[in-house]
Amino acid sequence: MSTPAAAPGRLARWLDSDVWHSFRQSPMAMLAAVIAALCVFCSVFAPWVSPHNPFDLATLNLSDARLPPAWMEGGSRTFLLGTDDQGRDILSALFYGARLSLAVGLASVLLSLVVGVSLGLLSGFAGGAVDAFIMRVCDVMLSFPSILVALLINGVARAMFPQAPESLALGVLILAIALTGWVQYARTVRGSTLVERHKEYVQAARVIGVAPLRIMLRHVLPNVLGPVLVLATIQVAAAIITEATLSFLGVGVPPTSPSLGTLIRVGNDFLFSGEWWITIFPGAMLVLIALSVNLLGDWLRDALNPRLR
Amino acid sequence: MLVFILRRLVQAVIVMLTVAFIAFMLFQYVGDPVTSLLGQDATQQQREELRRDLGLDQPFPVQFARFVGNAVRGEFGLSLRQGRKVSTLIAERFPATLELALGAAVIALLAGIPLGVYSALRRGSFGSQLVMTLSLLGVSLPTFLIGILLILVFSVTLGWLPSFGRGDTVALGRWSTGLLTVDGWAHLVLPAITLSVFQLALILRLVRAEMLEVLRTDYVKFARARGLSNRAVYFGHALKNTLVPVITITGLQLGSLIAFAIITETVFQWPGMGFLFINAVQFADIPVMAAYLCLIALIFVIVNLVVDLLYFAVDPRLRIEKSTAGH
Repeated sequence: MSTPAAAPGRLARWLDSDVWHSFRQSPMAMLAAVIAALCVFCSVFAPWVSPHNPFDLATLNLSDARLPPAWMEGGSRTFLLGTDDQGRDILSALFYGARLSLAVGLASVLLSLVVGVSLGLLSGFAGGAVDAFIMRVCDVMLSFPSILVALLINGVARAMFPQAPESLALGVLILAIALTGWVQYARTVRGSTLVERHKEYVQAARVIGVAPLRIMLRHVLPNVLGPVLVLATIQVAAAIITEATLSFLGVGVPPTSPSLGTLIRVGNDFLFSGEWWITIFPGAMLVLIALSVNLLGDWLRDALNPRLR
Repeated sequence: MLVFILRRLVQAVIVMLTVAFIAFMLFQYVGDPVTSLLGQDATQQQREELRRDLGLDQPFPVQFARFVGNAVRGEFGLSLRQGRKVSTLIAERFPATLELALGAAVIALLAGIPLGVYSALRRGSFGSQLVMTLSLLGVSLPTFLIGILLILVFSVTLGWLPSFGRGDTVALGRWSTGLLTVDGWAHLVLPAITLSVFQLALILRLVRAEMLEVLRTDYVKFARARGLSNRAVYFGHALKNTLVPVITITGLQLGSLIAFAIITETVFQWPGMGFLFINAVQFADIPVMAAYLCLIALIFVIVNLVVDLLYFAVDPRLRIEKSTAGH
C-alpha cells in the first residue's frame, strides 16, 4: 500500500514483483480488492460521500421515519436504502457505521500486532523460562473462545469504572479485541524466530558484536513479517466481526455513535414489524467487508508462500 | 499411558486453578464486596463485622483457599443484581444451554459428515462446488446475522417457526426439558441451526480434506485392487480413518458451542446460561461472571481430557509412539 508513494524505482520494482503478478492473475483477489477499497473509501470519506448527515438532529424529520428502500412501494429517492425509526438515512448511517467499525478493527489489530510481535520475538529469542511462561499464557488464552475473553474484559472494565464516559467504552472495546488477538501473532513470530535465529546471518551479526536488541529488531524482525502481514489482514476481518458481535450483544459501541453492529442491534427490534431494511443492509455491509478482506487475506497467503509457486 | 493421563490431569488442575485465581481476583479487587452488600451508608462497625464474617481480614492464601473450597462446592455467593444464589441461577439455566448445544452438535455432525464425504467423492461437480461455496459463507457469516436471517425468513416472512424462548417445557425433577413437547422442539429448530452453521462448515471442510488425503493412500488403492465395491472402499476403509480428527475437532468444538451459545441465546431470547452471562456483563454482576467463567473452564477441561483419552482409544498407533517416546 505504501509502495506507490515511494520513489519511481521502487514502484517499477513493485509492478514487476511476483506478488503483483499473482494479483493480476487472480480475478477473485481483484474483485475483493475493488470491493474492499470501495468500502474503505466510503467509510473514510463518510462525511463527504453520505447523502445526509445522520447525526445532525436538525435535518431529521419524523415524517420520513421507516421509509422503505427507494425501489419499493412508498420509498423515496432521497433515501436510497430507506430510513430507520427516527428518519435517519440508512445509507448514510451505513457509511458512518462502517467508518467506526473499520477504525475499531484497525486500531485493535494494530495494538494486538505490536503486542503479539514483541512477545513472539522475545519468546523466540530469549527462550528458557520467559519463552515457557509466554507460551503457557498463550495456551490458556487459546483454550477459550476469543468472544468470551473479550466479553470478560468488557465486564471487568464495567465493574471497575461504573461511571465511565462513553469515550472510554470505545477504548475498552479496542483493548478487549486486541487482547484476544495477540496470541496468534506471538505464536507465528516465535515459530519463525526460532528458525531465523539459527541462520548464518544472525550468527554473523552476533559474532561482530551487534547488540541483541538490534539483531532482534533490524535483522530478525524484517524476515518474520511475511506471515504476520497475512495474519493481520485476516485479523482485520475477525476484529470487525468481533466488534459487531460485541456491539450487537449490547456491550460494544454506545448507541449514540452507532457502528455496524449497533445498527444491526437497533434494527433487530423492527424485524417483526416488517422493516427488514433497517437491519439487513448494515448486516450486508458487514458481510461484504469481512468477506472481501478474508478473500484478500487468502490470496496474500498464497502469493507470499513460495512453496505454492 | 498412565503417565500421560496423569500429566493431563495435572495440566487440567493447573488450568482450573489459574481460572479460579482470575475469578478470585475479580471478586477481591473489582468493586468492594462490603459496599455492594451493605450499601454506601453503613456504619464503620457494620463494615468491620461483615468484613470479619466474610473472612476478608484473613491473609491472602487463606482467602484464596476458602474461595477454591467454596467454588468446588458450587458456592459463588449471591448475584449482585438479582439477590439470589448464583448456583441456583446457573442450575436453572444450564439445561436450556445444554439442549441447545447438543442439538447444534447433532445437526453439525449429521449434515457435516455426509456433505463432506459427498464433496470429496464428487470433487469438481456442481453440487460439490455449491457445498464448498456455501461452507465458505458459513464460516464468514457472523453467528448473530445467521440468526437474524433465519428469523426473517422462517418466522417473519413464512411464519413457520417461533423465534424466541424455549416454548413449553416439562420439569423432570430439577431438569426442565423442552425435548418432550412438540412446542419445545419447534422452538429449538432455529437456534440450533444458527449455532450449528459454523461447526457444520468446519466439520464439512475437515471431512473433505481428510477424505481426499486418505483416498490417495496405498491401502485404498489396494482395497480397490482386491475388487471391493466402491461403497466398501469409501465407507468401510476410507471414512473410518477420517473419523479420528473429526472426533477430536467435534469434541473440542463442544466447549466452544456452549460459549458461542451466548450470541445465539441473545438473538433468540433463549433462557440459557449465555443470556444470564450477557446480562451479568452489562450490569457488572461479578459473582455471576466468575461462576460462569469457572463453569465454562471446567467444561473445556473435561472435554479436552475426554477427547485426549478417546484419541488413545481410537488410534492404536498413538499408544505405541507415546510409550516409546517416554511420555
